[in-house]
Amino acid sequence: MSDTPSVDQLTFEQAMAELEELVARLEEGELPLDESLALFERGRSLSQRCNDLLDAAEFKVKQLGPGSDELEDFDLDE
Amino acid sequence: MLQQLSLLNPTEPWTVADLTRYIKEKFETDYRLQDVTVTGELSNVSRPRSGHMYFTLKDAQASLRGVMWRGQVARLTYQPQNGDRILVHGNISVYEASGQYQIYADDINLAGTGDLFQQFEALKRALEEEGLFDPIHKKVLPHWPRCLALVTSPTGAALQDMLNVIKRRWPLLEVVVVPTTVQGTAAPPQIVAALEAADRLSPDAILLARGGGSLEDLWAFNDEHVARAIFETNAPVIAGVGHETDFTIADFVADLRAPTPSAAAEIATPDQREQRQVVDDLLLSFARQLGDYLRGLRWELAEQQAILWGLSPRAQLATAQQQIANLKLRAALGILNRLRLQREHLRGLTQTLAGLGSTTTLARGYAIVSRAGTNEIIRSSSAVKNEESLDVRVADGQFGVKVTERTKKS
Repeated sequence: MSDTPSVDQLTFEQAMAELEELVARLEEGELPLDESLALFERGRSLSQRCNDLLDAAEFKVKQLGPGSDELEDFDLDE
Repeated sequence: MLQQLSLLNPTEPWTVADLTRYIKEKFETDYRLQDVTVTGELSNVSRPRSGHMYFTLKDAQASLRGVMWRGQVARLTYQPQNGDRILVHGNISVYEASGQYQIYADDINLAGTGDLFQQFEALKRALEEEGLFDPIHKKVLPHWPRCLALVTSPTGAALQDMLNVIKRRWPLLEVVVVPTTVQGTAAPPQIVAALEAADRLSPDAILLARGGGSLEDLWAFNDEHVARAIFETNAPVIAGVGHETDFTIADFVADLRAPTPSAAAEIATPDQREQRQVVDDLLLSFARQLGDYLRGLRWELAEQQAILWGLSPRAQLATAQQQIANLKLRAALGILNRLRLQREHLRGLTQTLAGLGSTTTLARGYAIVSRAGTNEIIRSSSAVKNEESLDVRVADGQFGVKVTERTKKS
């Protein structure tokens, strides 16, 4: 895997998609051992990334200004 | 009958009850009053614990008391609200205890409902024929939405409900509220504008939502322009208008219909609890795969090792040593065997030798003859002369003899 971006840069869906792909590749078998181990390490980082993203998610809501396409912050009063 | 007694005597005063019954009968024998539909504004609605409903129907000039019995109230599809313009069907009669004439209602509907319903059906049919509801136009929601636009009233409970659901399920979302009026004549053009503005943000989905209300309250969502605006958006639209039982044109055109605003928010979002589980499961199956793979490798390794051991010089050495040991054993056995044979041969010879020994021969009666005074053994008749002395040895001693005669075997 030459073009692997750092896990920290991935969005949830990217991390998830890659994780699914890695599992599929491993399931096919036929990989050398060191590559399999590297894949697993990568998979572990990816799953951690997914959970981290959800843990750290800060719910943000914006509002479209009246009669414009400008976005403003929307006050969340709960 | 009492009243008839009174009538018989006009000078007698009527009792209140008689008079009231008389009047009641007047109402009840008038066929027009027994099957009547009245329109007016509903007020003073009350539903005591009995379950019956009492109300007043009024217009600018007059008012009419009304009652609907519990059984019919239960069958009403319409929720009566003070101020509604309604149509009441029933019969007119008198409640004797209060001397009040009133309408005994068996059906109540919002006035104009018929018209609205016809409009609704006509528009629905037209749009359906045009293909606006066709499933082939339904857009698919992305599996992982990143941005949602909420087209709704900025102050409504519907918005708060949706935000709560989204925050709980998928806080990774970017949410943009696109405010609009959702009720009244100003609503349709505003909703259209809001849908267009929302679509310009290229969200993953647009939630078009409004909380519950009367048929008129939801009417903006039966507007043809709103329907077409929903159809035109590039982003998929999820409609969550009113309650589960409310169906609007917007619901039919939308790519997905949700029964309520909260349900629309649920449909639009993955659930983070489920997704965390999915991630964990993936990693687990990953680890299991790897485990199987490693076990397979170990097996293969063990197999190769076994083969390698078979080929190693140590193993060859062991074989050779074994062969040497075998040979040694065979050699030792061979030698022992030879020794035994020789020993036996020797014993045979000894015995033979013993048989040849003189002592036993002499014992059997043979004698050894030698020249007298010598050890020269006489083996031939020609070795002696007549009169020559010879020594004769027998088993138990010897004696001397003289040769008297010689004969040679011919």
